Amino acid sequence: MAARIRVATASLCGCFGCHMSLLDIDERFLDLVERVDLDRTPLTDIKTFGDCDLALVEGGVANVENVEVLLEIRRRCKILVAFGACAVNGGIPAMRNQVSLGECLRESYMNGIGLERPGIPNDPEIPLLLDRVHPIHEVVAVDHVLPGCPPSADAIWTFLSALLDGRPIDYAYTQIHYD
Amino acid sequence: MNESAAATVVGYVAESLATYGRDPRHLLQHLIRIQSRFSFVPDAAVEALAEALGVTRTQVRAAIAFYAFLHARPRGAFEIRFSDNITDRMLGNQRLLRLLASRLRLDGLPGWGHDLIRADGRVSIGLASCTGMCDQGPALLVNGQAVTNLDAGRIDRIADLVEEGVALAHWPGELFRVSSNIRRRGLLLSNAATDGAALRRLLDDGAQAALAEVERSGLRGRGGAGFTTALKWRFCREAPGTERYVVCNADEGEPGTFKDRVLLTDYADLVCEGMTVCAGVIGARRGFIYLRGEYRYLLPHLEAVLSRRRGDGLLGRAILGREGFDFDIEIHLGAGAYICGEESALIESLEGKRGVTRKRPPFPVTSGFDDQPTVVNNVETFLAAARVVQWGGYWLRGEGTDQSAGSKILSVSGDCARPGIYEYPFGTPIHQVLTDCGAESVQAVQISGAAGRTLAPADFDRIIAFEDLPTAGSFMVFGQNRDLLDMVRNFAAFFAHESCGFCTPCRVGGALLRNLVEKVAAGQGSEYDLTEMRHIGAVMRRASYCGLGHTAPNHVLDTLDKVPEIYRRRLASQTHTPSFDLDAALSEARALTGRTDSGATLHETMEAMT
Repeated sequence: MAARIRVATASLCGCFGCHMSLLDIDERFLDLVERVDLDRTPLTDIKTFGDCDLALVEGGVANVENVEVLLEIRRRCKILVAFGACAVNGGIPAMRNQVSLGECLRESYMNGIGLERPGIPNDPEIPLLLDRVHPIHEVVAVDHVLPGCPPSADAIWTFLSALLDGRPIDYAYTQIHYD
Repeated sequence: MNESAAATVVGYVAESLATYGRDPRHLLQHLIRIQSRFSFVPDAAVEALAEALGVTRTQVRAAIAFYAFLHARPRGAFEIRFSDNITDRMLGNQRLLRLLASRLRLDGLPGWGHDLIRADGRVSIGLASCTGMCDQGPALLVNGQAVTNLDAGRIDRIADLVEEGVALAHWPGELFRVSSNIRRRGLLLSNAATDGAALRRLLDDGAQAALAEVERSGLRGRGGAGFTTALKWRFCREAPGTERYVVCNADEGEPGTFKDRVLLTDYADLVCEGMTVCAGVIGARRGFIYLRGEYRYLLPHLEAVLSRRRGDGLLGRAILGREGFDFDIEIHLGAGAYICGEESALIESLEGKRGVTRKRPPFPVTSGFDDQPTVVNNVETFLAAARVVQWGGYWLRGEGTDQSAGSKILSVSGDCARPGIYEYPFGTPIHQVLTDCGAESVQAVQISGAAGRTLAPADFDRIIAFEDLPTAGSFMVFGQNRDLLDMVRNFAAFFAHESCGFCTPCRVGGALLRNLVEKVAAGQGSEYDLTEMRHIGAVMRRASYCGLGHTAPNHVLDTLDKVPEIYRRRLASQTHTPSFDLDAALSEARALTGRTDSGATLHETMEAMT
């Protein structure tokens, strides 16, 4: 048995659905934690990255914080995985690329229905938005993609178990067939 | 459009229909005429054509959208297109383009799919892929007519003529002078004379004997792929069908190729003779010359040749008095689509449709024009075939190599003292061509066009032959002082523009390659991007639907292998760089929020990356 490997996960501009799907591997988690140590991940609530072997990144890149987290995670990990549709191609959040950021924010914060104090938020606490939402490979090098919205638990397990065993990743047709 | 203008359009369409008929396969030809009359294809014309030809509006609009020389919105009364091949660029076309734009008070520069159109409708400026004038560039097209040897003086004159509104027919003829520049004559070019001798041989000895001579000669197609001509003719002759067709591929679109232009100028009779011989062998009654739109100026000349041959009994009914040997040739124009040089796309275009390649098999020899057996050969192939039938197969075999009989006509351009047409026996090494054309300190040769291969000095002892370096004839020379990445950028933009869009590997791959090349050229690339380029190139080669996509990444892959320094010296230091400027992507949000705090920039983060 190989040495235990260290795994981080992060969610950028996504819905956490991919992380929820990861939890759906159910009892296989018991096998997983025998072989891996978890680093920073929403599952452990650890806030800082250590050096990792593997990182799963959910979500696209939509704001300053996403950029910084992604660059940090790329520096820290050996193998980086675009985890789910938003990381792979921008996904649902990238639908805002159809309109300009200005139009988007004005519609939400200036012209929307029922706004009490219209105004585009400018608190320094709020990560500033990029003009477009990008898939993560447009910012950092990506080693693997794990497709799906979200990837099914079985697809995640196929991916993780093959990677851990050093086997080629070979999804069953049903695991990457979406309609 | 007001009612009277619409009536004019409908009237013109009716005239075109009356002259050229209502065969839906003539759709493209009608569209080309309407475009040249109105500077676009008005909606009223779309309606009228759809109605008269029994095709859908969508089919008409699809054709307009597909062909680069057709437009759904008006261009200028003078529609100017600069040829934008790398050879035009090397001759300074960008400077002249800016000069003309400023003389005509147009802002900015045109791009692919983006023309500058003056508000008064007088003039527009756009780009065209290589117009086949590389030995006398920079060149442009004005309302489809070629203007060569551009310099500041000529640009001034053109600007004056446009401003004064002088009709094109009254522009000075010297602007439109095109030279043949034949520098070296071999088997084919040394003698242009023809008096129907090949046809007499055909009639005296019979089709079988003529075909046997073509077989004996070992003649292979000159368009680049090198398929055995006799075999093609035999397959077509023996294929079941109600009609047979001969098609001459004069859609010389490969950047840097212009020998077919010269052959159609000075040797048109022999080309027609070759087509007629082919018709006699396969039993065809109709033939087509598919002439690229860029060579439209050759139309009157070619029509005159055809008409003279009809008068001489070499075309038409009962050729040379032989009852039952009827054959005639029509000229169909292209409209600025590189893909139509591929034979099945060419046939689609002949049928009036978008030039999207067909699935093969079936090949055109069994199912070509109108799904009937069809021979499609290059201009040069028909020329050679005429001589082979006239003088016999051994005549061709007298020159060349084992697998490449005869000669190859090259279009030489770029950094050399004597650009032009050179005919060599197959087996001639690259260095001899370079010596003859006066090329010194050569960094690279791009052979067989943008889709061909990049040759470094280590390759200059290799020979022009199907066994070693097959070529459709383009031969572009790059001197030591050139930056080869300029060539790569030009070709990458060319292929992204010319992909027909049908298959994803070519449509998307071509755009990705172009973007990555531009990223590297901007000094923002990384090793990772170079690996991506190789990866995308390999997928395009493997998975594209037709030859365009298979060959489109050649120039990138070849230069990555042979001259990697043109990429490496521009790489940013990191192993991976983002595909966009991270901090600039925040500027819109900074403006919207008015934030200036440290969290509102990514400068530090980006500096930490380097």
